[in-house]
Amino acid sequence: MKKELNDNWDYSSSLEAINHIQLKKKYNLFIDGKWIAPSKNTYFKTINPANEETLAEIASASKEDVDLAVKAARKAYTNVWSKMPASERAKYIYRIARLMQERAREFAVIESLESGKTIRESRDVDIPLACNHFFYYAGWADKLDYAFPNRKIESLGVAGQIIPWNFPLLMAAWKIAPALAAGNTVVLKPAETTSLTALKLAEIIEESGLPPGVVNIVTGFGETGAAIVNHPDINKIAFTGSTGVGKIIQKALVGTSKKVTLELGGKSANIIFEDAPIDQAVEGIVNGIFFNQGHVCCAGSRLYVQEGIAEKVIKKLKQRMESLYVGDPLDKNTDIGAINSKEQLQTIEKYLKIGLDEGTEMYQPKCTIPKKGFYCAPTLFLNVAQSSIIAQEEIFGPVLTIQTFRTVDEVIQKANNSHFGLAAGVWTDKGSRIFNLTSKLRAGVIWANCYNKFDPTSPFGGYKESGFGREGGLHGLSAYLKLS
Amino acid sequence: MSRLEVLKTYKIFIGGQFPRTESGRYYTPLDSKGKALANICLSSRKDVRNAVVAARKAIGPWSERAAFNRGQILYRIAEMLEGRHAQFVDELMRQGSSKVAAANEVNLSIDRIVYYAGWCDKYNQVVSSVNPVSSSHFNFSSLEPMGVVGVVAEQSTSLIGLVSLILPAICGGNSTVVLASENLPLCAVTFGEVIHSSDVPAGVINILTGSTEEMAVILASHMDVNALITSNLETKLSNKLALLSVDNLKRKFDYEVNWVEKEKQALHYISDLQEIKTTWHPIENVGGASSSY
Repeated sequence: MKKELNDNWDYSSSLEAINHIQLKKKYNLFIDGKWIAPSKNTYFKTINPANEETLAEIASASKEDVDLAVKAARKAYTNVWSKMPASERAKYIYRIARLMQERAREFAVIESLESGKTIRESRDVDIPLACNHFFYYAGWADKLDYAFPNRKIESLGVAGQIIPWNFPLLMAAWKIAPALAAGNTVVLKPAETTSLTALKLAEIIEESGLPPGVVNIVTGFGETGAAIVNHPDINKIAFTGSTGVGKIIQKALVGTSKKVTLELGGKSANIIFEDAPIDQAVEGIVNGIFFNQGHVCCAGSRLYVQEGIAEKVIKKLKQRMESLYVGDPLDKNTDIGAINSKEQLQTIEKYLKIGLDEGTEMYQPKCTIPKKGFYCAPTLFLNVAQSSIIAQEEIFGPVLTIQTFRTVDEVIQKANNSHFGLAAGVWTDKGSRIFNLTSKLRAGVIWANCYNKFDPTSPFGGYKESGFGREGGLHGLSAYLKLS
Repeated sequence: MSRLEVLKTYKIFIGGQFPRTESGRYYTPLDSKGKALANICLSSRKDVRNAVVAARKAIGPWSERAAFNRGQILYRIAEMLEGRHAQFVDELMRQGSSKVAAANEVNLSIDRIVYYAGWCDKYNQVVSSVNPVSSSHFNFSSLEPMGVVGVVAEQSTSLIGLVSLILPAICGGNSTVVLASENLPLCAVTFGEVIHSSDVPAGVINILTGSTEEMAVILASHMDVNALITSNLETKLSNKLALLSVDNLKRKFDYEVNWVEKEKQALHYISDLQEIKTTWHPIENVGGASSSY
């Protein structure tokens, strides 16, 4: 009897321990350095998407609560934070970074429990990057003159920040660290399905001795976010999330003096040329689209393969997908964890149906999917047209469309034929081609022979309907400063 | 009966170790009351040369570390120095500082280390450039450390002058051979102990005590030292060192700066000790391909 490699081998589970984490049953709002019950006394449950069990109850902030938070942030800005020497501000941010590093393992487990992302990812990517982001921006606080020479530099005031559920703590770090370094105070709202690590961060902020009101965390749903966006005493809105909501926010801010940055959706092209190192490229494709269950705004969701190698790449990609392990996020063997919510799973399934209706060819590897929880098998679509809905709209799941091309010119046109422009990947052995593509592709981040690389020093953000403004690097500071 | 204090033997710091000078020589700088501070190593030519060898060995691994990691290590120096605050205040007072001035000097030293820790992963972004050449090339310039930097510490302070010169050098990925203030050497040796416990790789900072002129002349004429920095040095000696530096085109900087002033910290102290490297890379330009915007 012929045996397949994957039939005979299974991994023993290697579960991350959860007995070392500290979670409360119920979380209030973190306003003015205190934990405050929501004014309407309403709470909602947050669940583990891997098994649908409740993790904790989270306060739902009303308009009045948001107002309280903005008042606290304003008071802290006026009385304390804007008056403090920049080098002292830096030392507070360094403290937060160090406290986060000390508790990184606990944060990783909580992040995986609540978001569904694999423990390998939260342990090795999300949490270290979040810590590093604070550490990096701490150093900028007393060096702003160097970032913007010959400009008059002023902080903005109170920043309202709304973040998504795909990288909960990392997005909180991307927002809070530069805002504080630039001398602003903050009211931040995490996404309703992923509040816990932001609240744990609030605990660290409390522990760090940061003056009360400098950072306020208000949890809740869309209405809470709307209360932040529409609050008259906020000077800056920073939003990461869908292009749809981004446009609503931009409309709401017309006619106000609020400064705004938007980091929105994407449909990024990943382009493989014939001379690319194919095995590495296949790993890059897998990482590009299946990293974090495809819940990545810059996911390489449109694959373009040069014709001569298309057959080979697709064969190897399918083989590689057979070995992907879908399951418990806390298992260190897992490659693809749980979809963040039931709602998101339904969205992805809707697109799978659209793809089939459009006459494309769908491929999913044989894989066992847990009975409880929200999961989606990694999925390829072949025979996709440039005009297919699944090749145009952001799916935000582990779903890849594959198209082929013949010439450099053709693939540039196809890759740029999108409303979005967040990122792109280019795989080729030829350096001169990389630089040709990096200058012609209309996207904010280009990865050459790699994908999904992030660093606090490297600016990130999109062209076109992927938003505007950059996060990371010295470029990320300008979003939080008035430069004149 | 009162307890007898255990006195510290002041050593030098080479390649991550604390030897006494190979020469066996010593000298006794005096405190403000004319009493001997300690038997301090009077380092020899061989000690200087050993220190340069250690610094050269350290330069590769140190300069190739991620800038972020260097930042973490520099921040760790600040953490360790904070923990030894009292010891440094005590030594500064023994060398003639008032209590207030001593505490200020230690505080400023710690904050200055944090300042340079922050620069590690930032200076290159501020100073580098992408150069818009007319041909079809991607052309960029970025900074690289010079290599082994000789540091002749400022003579009138024991700690802050030392910190102000060493930190920008190592922030930028250089390794250093440091000559302590001749008459105020205590903090330099103790600072070596702080470095030793701060994850700074062996050889990145080497600290020698002794006759400044004797050692500086050897450093300035050493063919494997890439740069020499001095501060508030008397003109005669400074010129002598400048002359000796010519043989291997050592970059030489003399800073006339009062390091006790809070604002005497800046990017240019880092970039002075950097070379600029420019890279050319062709850009393929095939017919017709355009981004079309």
